[in-house]
Amino acid sequence: MYGNDFEQPGAATLLDEVEAAEQALRAAAERRVAAARAGGTGDTGGAEAELQEYFDAVVAADQKIEPRDWMPEAYRKTLVRQIAQHAHSEIIGMQPEGNWISRAPSLKRKAILLAKVQDEAGHGLYLYAAAETLGIDREELVGLLLTGRQKYSSIFNYPTLTWADVGAIGWLVDGAAIVNQVPLCRCSYGPYARAMIRICKEESFHQRQGYEILYTLAHGTPEQKAMAQDAVDRWWYPSLAMFGPPDTASTHSEQSMAWKIKRFSNDDLRQRFVDMCVPQAEVLGLSIPDPDLRWNDERGAYDYTQPDYDELFRVIRGDGPCNRQRMAHRRRADADGAWVREAAAAYAAKRSARPAEAAARPAEAAA
Amino acid sequence: MSGESDRGGGPGGAVSGGPGGAGGWPLWEVFVRPRRGLSHSHVGSVHAPDAVLALRNARDVFTRRQEGVSIWVVPAAAITASSPDEKDAFFDPAADKVYRHPTFYEVPEGVAHL
Repeated sequence: MYGNDFEQPGAATLLDEVEAAEQALRAAAERRVAAARAGGTGDTGGAEAELQEYFDAVVAADQKIEPRDWMPEAYRKTLVRQIAQHAHSEIIGMQPEGNWISRAPSLKRKAILLAKVQDEAGHGLYLYAAAETLGIDREELVGLLLTGRQKYSSIFNYPTLTWADVGAIGWLVDGAAIVNQVPLCRCSYGPYARAMIRICKEESFHQRQGYEILYTLAHGTPEQKAMAQDAVDRWWYPSLAMFGPPDTASTHSEQSMAWKIKRFSNDDLRQRFVDMCVPQAEVLGLSIPDPDLRWNDERGAYDYTQPDYDELFRVIRGDGPCNRQRMAHRRRADADGAWVREAAAAYAAKRSARPAEAAARPAEAAA
Repeated sequence: MSGESDRGGGPGGAVSGGPGGAGGWPLWEVFVRPRRGLSHSHVGSVHAPDAVLALRNARDVFTRRQEGVSIWVVPAAAITASSPDEKDAFFDPAADKVYRHPTFYEVPEGVAHL
């Protein structure tokens, strides 16, 4: 075990929620939806209507839809798009932090950062596997990313300029990701929910390691503290933008809520994130770069300045500071790895041919 | 019954996991025994060119935090799954046999060890 285990406000409750989601998943599996089926429409509705009715009943009962269940085509498409984009984000998300592996300030920090970046790769793989249960191939999804037809989270188009950025990414970016993802542990699609439970448990290490980096810097020399503050200044608003456009402008939200893919609105989650971060920033001794941030007694929440959504859309369209660099790097990595994949496949083919030869030889000798 | 593995399909019911996926790398279902005394449980899937690399990939993807003491990998295409379309008829025979559960029986007052 590395480092100190910081008691961080908010972290325990989020982990508890993941635990609760896991229990709810088990509990939902115990309940039966047979009643919905028994009270069905009879023969009038036709097969499609009956299937739809059963699907609706499963979702209404908070049960999980599983890969081979019938599902509306739009539900399948929405999930493929969302899970794929999520998987792409994990894979592209390795780059900003990977940038600091060779320059980590100590062997301990380097080992931790390596483990974290490896986790991101693992999260990408869990998610591609979840998407594949919907009948699409990983190869195809990777192709959609490489040709720019599917997106990844725009946050990874910002550069990591100093070591403190690694801390700010862990605290703010992973923190925002967790707030976004904890409700997804209750998503109506079983494989996605299970992947999210796994990811959230691992993600909490990421958030804490980032917080620890910032805490250490904030309690170091004045220069180190200034570096930590600078990182928080640069990552705060892009992190708020991670929750997506405001509810009034969000295109996919309503249907996703009805399908129980999504459980809370973008603005609700953003508010939750802000309310969590303020006391955490106080413990760090760093300030959040928002002069209008103040507690609103009436709402029981912090008032805060919205991120620049025009900037968000600009970055999504491809005009962020690092869009081109991230994609070029990903394409290069894919091309550079091609010979390894081909060699492994050739070796496997050779090996699978060999037992047949070996089996054939003694027979020849006996004859 | 169906000859397909337990995967969802598109509109045509296509099942991934054949030798075509991931540049010719087939799909493997992964089962992990968390610790001695527990059975292997399904945890997910990986792509790999052969069984040996499937095991190594499964180790890297699913047991980075000592989640297991043993791993099985099975070619996804080798799994035969019951069909959800027939699930009512398929599992119906068990539905009306409540007498298979011990709670079905009334135990007279005062009887112990039963």
